[in-house]
Amino acid sequence: MSRAFVPLVIAGMLLFAAAPLVVAGAPFEQTMGLVQKIFYYHVPSAMLMFVSAFVCGIASAAYLFRRSAAADRVAVAAGELVVLFGLIVLVTGPLWARKAWGVWWEWDARLTSSLLLWMIFVAYLLVRRFGGPGSEKLAGAMALFGMANVPFVYVSVNYWRTLHPKTSVVMALEPGMRAAFWFCVAAFAILYVLLLTLRKRLEDRQAAVEQLYLATED
Amino acid sequence: MKQFLRVAWVVMRKDLTVEMRSREILYTTVFFAASCVLVFAFALVREGRPLEDASAGILWISIAFAGTLGLGRTFERERHTETLRALMLAPSDRPAIYVGKLLGILALMAIVEAVLVPMVGLLFDAPIFARPHWLAALLAAGTLGFASVGTLFAAMLVRARSRDVLLPVLLYPITIPVIIAGVRGTAALFQAAPDEPMARFWAALLVFFDVVFVTLSLWTFEPLMTE
Repeated sequence: MSRAFVPLVIAGMLLFAAAPLVVAGAPFEQTMGLVQKIFYYHVPSAMLMFVSAFVCGIASAAYLFRRSAAADRVAVAAGELVVLFGLIVLVTGPLWARKAWGVWWEWDARLTSSLLLWMIFVAYLLVRRFGGPGSEKLAGAMALFGMANVPFVYVSVNYWRTLHPKTSVVMALEPGMRAAFWFCVAAFAILYVLLLTLRKRLEDRQAAVEQLYLATED
Repeated sequence: MKQFLRVAWVVMRKDLTVEMRSREILYTTVFFAASCVLVFAFALVREGRPLEDASAGILWISIAFAGTLGLGRTFERERHTETLRALMLAPSDRPAIYVGKLLGILALMAIVEAVLVPMVGLLFDAPIFARPHWLAALLAAGTLGFASVGTLFAAMLVRARSRDVLLPVLLYPITIPVIIAGVRGTAALFQAAPDEPMARFWAALLVFFDVVFVTLSLWTFEPLMTE
């Protein structure tokens, strides 16, 4: 991972430097105009939020059943990133909604289920932070249950309410928009991998420091 | 398998016996549930008439609140007397202990619901006898879903700090599908013309939820409760 790190940083920086140019260069959407540009940040963040939720859930399962401490450190990093990318989604979403639908928030299926997923991972971080000793396992169960809960939240909320554009719009994008969109997805994905690696590395170092403290005490 | 059921049965009987001596959790939880209904009634009844669909919502929110309280109190008792550790030391299957605790919680919640449902029917003029078997199915499946996740989390939280506030913080986001399905299914039954296909859909979702989460809980109880 560390060998790929420097090229990733460079690629990430290049992509993010170019992203505004690509987004500005993409054609305007007919009815929404400029507001639609939020799309290039909103959707990639949402995608990574879901990916990260699954990374966290799977890593937690590995921690619970295999007792791998490294998996737990990946889970912490991924759990924090769900909340971070979720925050981007939940801030850019209402900004867009205000212009597109005229309201800040709508109890629509996709919005509600994203909010719930975000809340599950906020709860995950709360347990880790305030649960006291041994809360890693508890948090692991929360992440695992949270992941298993995604389809239920999706189906129940979908039947409970259903305004948000379907995900199929991504495939039906106009060519000019499509290039800019996938460019942004790539930029966000690299950002995600970088943040995940950095956070995991920080956890590794902290674990190593604890080990050293224990060793010197003996 | 026989051994498994026997352990589960013994654990449940132990919980119920302890409870029947004082009836502390039962009385307080039932009273709490009844006061929840009243609090929501003051928020949702206008000019003597409840808002449309309010009765189903009030019923399920009261079940969820009372359930959380019951879960917390049941495990607080175990923590207070250090008996959960003793249970864990017993030479038996860990999942059997989980099932025993779950059955105890289910019995408690069933009694609470036996008080709540007629109360909602009476106070909000809800047609609880319109489709009694579907209402019973929704309540049973919803309670099992809520209690299965709740028992696991409450058991794990016994050792955690700030466990009182962490239980609802963890439990509510996970059990939102149960609340949605319970409320919408019950509301479909409480309509002037009960919508049976709708109730069936939500009951099916609840059963599916139960299967997934009971399995997950049985599967994770062992690694989670090992120190």
